[in-house]
Amino acid sequence: MTRLPNFHAAKWDEPVVMELGRPGGRGQLFPAPEAEIAEAVGDNPVPEAMRRKDRPVLPEITEFEAQRHYLHLSQMTLGMMGVSLFGTCTMKYNSKTSEFATWRPQIAEVHPYQHPDTLQGVLEIMHDFDGILQSLSGMDQFVFQPGGGADAAYTMTAVARAYWADRGQLGQRTEMVTSIQAHPCNPATAAAAGFTVINLPLEENGYPSLEALKAALSERTALIMLNNPDDMGIYNPEIREWVQAAKDVGALCFYDHANFNGVMGKLSARELGFDACMFMLHKTFGAPKAGGGPAVGAFGCSAELAPYMPAPVVAKQGDRYVLDEDRPKSCGKIREFWGNVPQVVKAYAWARAMGAEGIQLASDISVVANNYMDHRLAKLPGIERSNPDVTKRRMEMTRWSLAPLHEETGIGTVEIANRMADYGIDPWWMSHEPWIVPQPFTPEAGELWSKEDIDLWIDVLAKIMQEARENPELVRTAPHNQPIAQVKGDAFENPSKWAMTWRAYLRKRDQAAAQGAA
Amino acid sequence: MTGPTRAHPWMANSAPGMLEAMLAEIGAANLAEVLEQIPQDHFRKTPLNLPPQLASEMELKRDLLGKLRKNATCEENLSFLGAGVWQHHVPAIVDEIVGRTEFATNVWGSYQSDHGRNQAWFEFSSQLGALLNLDVVQLPVYSWGCAIGHAIRMAARKTGRNKVLLARLSDPERLSVIRTYCQPQEMDGAIEIVLVEPDAATGRLDLADLRGKLGPDVAAVYFENPAYLGTIETEAAQIARLTRAAGAETIVGVDPISLGVMTAPGDYGADIVTGPVQPLGVHMNCGGGVGGFIASRDEPEYVHQYNGFLVSVAETVQPGQLGFGLACPHQNSYGQREHGNDWTGNSTYLWAIAGAVYMSLLGPDGFAEVGRLIISRARYAAKLLAEVPGVRVHWPDTTFKEFVVNFDETGLSVAEINDRLRARGIFGGKDLSGEGLGLGQSALWCVTEVHSAADLRRAAQTLSEVLK
Repeated sequence: MTRLPNFHAAKWDEPVVMELGRPGGRGQLFPAPEAEIAEAVGDNPVPEAMRRKDRPVLPEITEFEAQRHYLHLSQMTLGMMGVSLFGTCTMKYNSKTSEFATWRPQIAEVHPYQHPDTLQGVLEIMHDFDGILQSLSGMDQFVFQPGGGADAAYTMTAVARAYWADRGQLGQRTEMVTSIQAHPCNPATAAAAGFTVINLPLEENGYPSLEALKAALSERTALIMLNNPDDMGIYNPEIREWVQAAKDVGALCFYDHANFNGVMGKLSARELGFDACMFMLHKTFGAPKAGGGPAVGAFGCSAELAPYMPAPVVAKQGDRYVLDEDRPKSCGKIREFWGNVPQVVKAYAWARAMGAEGIQLASDISVVANNYMDHRLAKLPGIERSNPDVTKRRMEMTRWSLAPLHEETGIGTVEIANRMADYGIDPWWMSHEPWIVPQPFTPEAGELWSKEDIDLWIDVLAKIMQEARENPELVRTAPHNQPIAQVKGDAFENPSKWAMTWRAYLRKRDQAAAQGAA
Repeated sequence: MTGPTRAHPWMANSAPGMLEAMLAEIGAANLAEVLEQIPQDHFRKTPLNLPPQLASEMELKRDLLGKLRKNATCEENLSFLGAGVWQHHVPAIVDEIVGRTEFATNVWGSYQSDHGRNQAWFEFSSQLGALLNLDVVQLPVYSWGCAIGHAIRMAARKTGRNKVLLARLSDPERLSVIRTYCQPQEMDGAIEIVLVEPDAATGRLDLADLRGKLGPDVAAVYFENPAYLGTIETEAAQIARLTRAAGAETIVGVDPISLGVMTAPGDYGADIVTGPVQPLGVHMNCGGGVGGFIASRDEPEYVHQYNGFLVSVAETVQPGQLGFGLACPHQNSYGQREHGNDWTGNSTYLWAIAGAVYMSLLGPDGFAEVGRLIISRARYAAKLLAEVPGVRVHWPDTTFKEFVVNFDETGLSVAEINDRLRARGIFGGKDLSGEGLGLGQSALWCVTEVHSAADLRRAAQTLSEVLK
């Protein structure tokens, strides 16, 4: 067994920033308006009716104190600096080369409404990257406006509305069909767009049956939204028949390519018959996730659907790159401007650094590494693979269940995740709702993590499962080596205790103290 | 599968022999065996057609910088572009913190392992709450327009009504996003959008028109302060009173950088407040710096309508210790799929950290200073431009950092004027002539704390030269 790290996280016992500082302390100064300005416009041009009278209750700290405080907070964030096999999110190295490139003024200090003549560099990158995604998917056009994978799913629902409106069938095509294990963003965005959601249940082989799909499809179906492989690592081999069945009733087919890592360069969404797809640039394409964005859900579709995409679209006219805003059939904007441009540049950089051969190799490695992990995990008593009847090798991730260990010891997936952090291992991904697999965890090695990292991760898991049997209290009360002890959840649903700001916290604390005194 | 001749720096298992070792360990003869789930006829037939690999950092950097060099920036030029993305000063400490790999790279950990990030998020909400004088601030959504869209849908769910009133003089970019969130009318749950006319003399909402349109079917009134065209809505409290009297929600959009000098929306009757986060320490990033916040009072009927992440203080099992975690997690789409409030997912949470650092650096005096500097310089710029022959400024004494400059009397279009300015290193304001606002050949100029008096004199001088 690998030597397990004797880890302890930074523990600064850091106050909330509102508690720091002193009256009159300053972290940033601004010059007074120049004399000629003060003379021309007076001392305070804000209309009297709208002048602020109170002094906002903000910290008054020095520049250094702000730096130190937030560096402390960054140090109290494990932040993938351990081993993070966070399944469904495909943890990758985020190149500092591309990060630093986007911090240059040529991106950072550029305004999206500048004349296109002054934006030729960034437009060229977006255009070239569009071409890269077209090749990977077989689609005819991509846009980068959606601010994440869920926003790309929302884009699909908006495009579907525009498509059906153009055919005079908007009031008739009211339904979206998906699987119960599809990412929640698919049903949620469809519902927000005004569609009725039909969730297909899973069969024994891990995916819904073609018969169930056909029964759900009708002339009311506007679109279907699917991911494949799913988060169990199961690939639906009937996907072509699914797409055909949807087409037979005229419905649009959207491929949620969130789980693209294992099939990069192997599958083409368009060749499988899909009308549209999305890629998560902050995941599969090496742009950072930033703790939940800024992200990009690159949305691509066929030439038939392209007129309905959100505008603008980057196009090339002769030697010049332009923004095409004149798209009368467009579904409208999903978000302001053209997307999280720095993330697009980083994704372009990732694709260029990898090249076709690197992308294909990454996909090979991610599937083989997951199977290596499966092979080792299968030897640990107390866990079992999801869908045990599906004996074929899984794709780039596998959902596992701690149900046997939980039954034996009372220790489940939340406790183990907490305890793993004590060894410097980032907490794992469990499962989206609903938890079809009890006590789930979903590791994914991708191409980043070494075989040694994977071995360490499994050895830590094995050690904790041993602890669960020998000293369950140790695991139940974890973490012990983290910046803080286990967070109690009682405030989160309780209006008299939850506090989303410091001012709310102080008010409720004082109220509770007053009640206690009375 | 062909083995690589040398390892790729981003893939540990691309080192020679690693893949083969793992295949041997799992008892697979080759990759095809591992991919046994995929039917043969699913594999792509078209070969990939990608530009050549740039595996070395040197080559990659050269390619990126070579392309980016073709951009011109607002640093080397004098820019007056705003309208949803604004050039503000970004303190260096903000860039250092948001560049920290622990914050920049990872997705989520637990409340304990990512304690620092959760605290930074809470501090974003806490400091913004102090500027807004409101107790609940959600982590930012994708953009200001998206925040407005969600806020309107919150109001519609809360009131059970399906109509919203917005200003005629709205930003078409944001309005297009709002339409996506509310329309088309044929869809289940659609929200009708009705536009309120402006008062021609001030650019503010026409209260008589508002009164006429406020009926028992109205879920919300949305207005901005300052508004799209820069105007300050001095009748905000009266609008909120009229809206409340009709049983509707008052939703306000504010520019957070104005709140050191302008009244907090929580003090004039706003029920739900939205705004952009980009002014709080985020670079323009070619539009990729945007995010939008949503805030309200701390009342369960509001709190239970939020779509995303609400970070709350929480006790830990160690007495006296505070941690942070997500309040009401079961009401969003992660918890309830299609039955959750709208949807959520990856958003713009790194900018919450930027905002937290920014607000802590400014403090109350910094916000007062920057607000005063912006409005003073913008008003001065308006005066200087208005002195240029043929140039007129709409509503010159009612604006914050943006104002409408009209060129009708010059006989030139905004596009022509901006072309001439650009040739002299100046990016003129956003062209409003195609937006159907009835403002003729007008542009929306934006002046902030980054523009010195000398910059403004140069702009006015150059404008007078190019108009000759």
